[in-house]
Amino acid sequence: MSDTVIKVENLSKQYRLGQVGSSFLSHDINRAWHKLRGKEDPYLKIGEENDRTTKRNSDYVWALRDINFEVKHGEVLGIIGRNGAGKSTLLKILSRTTKPTTGNIKIKGRVASLLEVGTGFHPELSGRDNIFLNGAILGMTKAEIKSKFDEIVDFAGVEKYIDTPVKRYSSGMYVRLAFAVAAHLEPEILIVDEVLAVGDAEFQKKALGKMKDVSTKDGRTVLFVSHNMIAVETLCTSAILLENGSVFDEGIPGLMIKHYIGKNADLKRGYKHESNNTLGNDNISLLYAAIENASVADKNEMIDVKTEIDVRLIFINKTKKDIISVGFDLKTIKGDTIFGSGNKFICPIGEETELTCRIPGNFLNNDTYQLFFYFHSDEMDPLLALPDLLTFEIKDLERESGYIGKINGFLRPQLIWHFD
Amino acid sequence: MITDTEQIKNTPSPALTASANDDHWDEIIRPETGLFELNLKEVWKYRDLLMLFVKRDFIAQYKQTILGPIWHIIQPVFTTIMFLLVFGKIANIPTDGLHPILFYMSGITIWSYFSACLTATSNTFVANAGIFGKVYFPRLVIPLSTVMSNMVKFGIQFGLLLAVMLWLGVQTGKFYFGINWLLIPVLVVMMGGLGLGLGIIISSLTTKYRDFTVLIGFGVQLAMYVTPVAYPLSFLEGKSYKWVVDANPLSSVVEAFRFALFNEGTVSIASLGYSFLFMIASLFFGMLIFSKVERSFMDTV
Repeated sequence: MSDTVIKVENLSKQYRLGQVGSSFLSHDINRAWHKLRGKEDPYLKIGEENDRTTKRNSDYVWALRDINFEVKHGEVLGIIGRNGAGKSTLLKILSRTTKPTTGNIKIKGRVASLLEVGTGFHPELSGRDNIFLNGAILGMTKAEIKSKFDEIVDFAGVEKYIDTPVKRYSSGMYVRLAFAVAAHLEPEILIVDEVLAVGDAEFQKKALGKMKDVSTKDGRTVLFVSHNMIAVETLCTSAILLENGSVFDEGIPGLMIKHYIGKNADLKRGYKHESNNTLGNDNISLLYAAIENASVADKNEMIDVKTEIDVRLIFINKTKKDIISVGFDLKTIKGDTIFGSGNKFICPIGEETELTCRIPGNFLNNDTYQLFFYFHSDEMDPLLALPDLLTFEIKDLERESGYIGKINGFLRPQLIWHFD
Repeated sequence: MITDTEQIKNTPSPALTASANDDHWDEIIRPETGLFELNLKEVWKYRDLLMLFVKRDFIAQYKQTILGPIWHIIQPVFTTIMFLLVFGKIANIPTDGLHPILFYMSGITIWSYFSACLTATSNTFVANAGIFGKVYFPRLVIPLSTVMSNMVKFGIQFGLLLAVMLWLGVQTGKFYFGINWLLIPVLVVMMGGLGLGLGIIISSLTTKYRDFTVLIGFGVQLAMYVTPVAYPLSFLEGKSYKWVVDANPLSSVVEAFRFALFNEGTVSIASLGYSFLFMIASLFFGMLIFSKVERSFMDTV
């Protein structure tokens, strides 16, 4: 008997864009008419590949197109790809919340998904009732939940509040309880989607550990979708890279991550507002954002580890208050946040504000980085967030020309060494 | 004598058995399923969830209300008083020789069970889109649990009706009890079935076209007027528009409910049979369309 537990064959998913209205009705009727005469659905022939950057001509789009892959028993498969590559659609079909347009998936064993923890929690019910309800929604029987009840409560660490309605829980407790229920499911195949982004550091460690236990000790199959490349690299035994709804490549996680980063690293050091391409919303409109080389005259010169860097921003404050909190997170391309920085500024309403933040030289390491900008009001209400707006690369020129490789670590500070 | 070829036929080759094993899959996710795949077996597997949903509905509905489940009793009491005033006193419609309070309250009790089942189940997909979008379980569990939790509510209201019957019995010396009462559970199941069947048809249609949500809002109210809730069927005898009320499959159930309780009313096997067939048809058709829609509604809801 073969040990393939999931077999995906020619899987495709087509979505119709736009609002439901009378044109939907006419297409439905046309489709039914074709079906009645035994002909093929006329709308399956059209549709474009899913690339969000270009404006499309058709109302139909393929979120997934002819996906084929197999998952073996006990494998931990990482699914990576950019936003919109089709990861979530694939998981939705796998967890049976939507059906494929063509193709099929064959599965051996029970599938449970942690698409979003806490599904079906009712705020008015006590923790105890919610454990039973949530467990049953995820496919457990009452007896199964009963036998694991103490373990779940213990794992979540909410013994004291177990008979309190969950609406009185702190958000941390809520998430812990929800994850605890899901983690104690015993499906043969577990689908995990970015749930590790929740909870405090200690709980994340617990959650990751549980995931590892599930796969190594119990020999279960796990499908793991994440933007955190470190987690994918450490947890997964293999990976597939999706791009625009198709499988770009599959293989060992390290190699796939390299492909992914290679594809994603279209360096974008600057953004400039043009009339047909505006970034922003009703609160903030961004005119200019760039990573500039502050050590030499040519701002666009390549950046070395010793170079001072200026992050420069020009935007218009369109809110009613003149105090704006501006900040950014600096992340490596693998998804680890190195630091965040921000401050409050008086930004005259309706006028251009120009800000510069200097990042010192001899500080960041030889790597590719991304900047995530965010704007908040004085009361810290979110105004605008621009994920991965800029991507830039820092090179260690001296080492690259002479030495064998990069120094370990996220930072590369120049520290003083001397004889005592 | 067994020839070689026969022997080969009889012993399956190892390659064949391997591929046979390979073809055993617990689950195949396909674009289309057969027309009659209703997944009732799966609903049975999730029966614990069904009961937990009933419990949740009941606990959650009256959390942070002072009167709690007493609201179930207040509702029919006030409606009965209103009917007494409007249909009894103002319009002066006869009540088949029954005490008006019993007449109205019995009608209201069975009718509100139907209307609660219909309105709640007709909202299944839209109201539960959040949870349906994240995790799979047989969607039919939700409308079934609604019908069951409404049955609990009906039970409470029926208890009230019995109490009123007893109280009026003491006053007037007229008690009702008989073999006819055996019909009551059948009628309750029929009402629930009709509410469920029509409700899931509507909820399947609303996933794409919300027009039906608007329709159900006043449709249920209007339907009550073509059902003998506030008037007896005998009142329409000989009138030209009686066929409208006769065509309504709910009419015979309401009349039969009064007949079962008080031995009064116009009931025939034919009209009850018609309602029963209508219920079976609506349930069957409802489940067909529901099981079609449940697999794709996330894309259109």
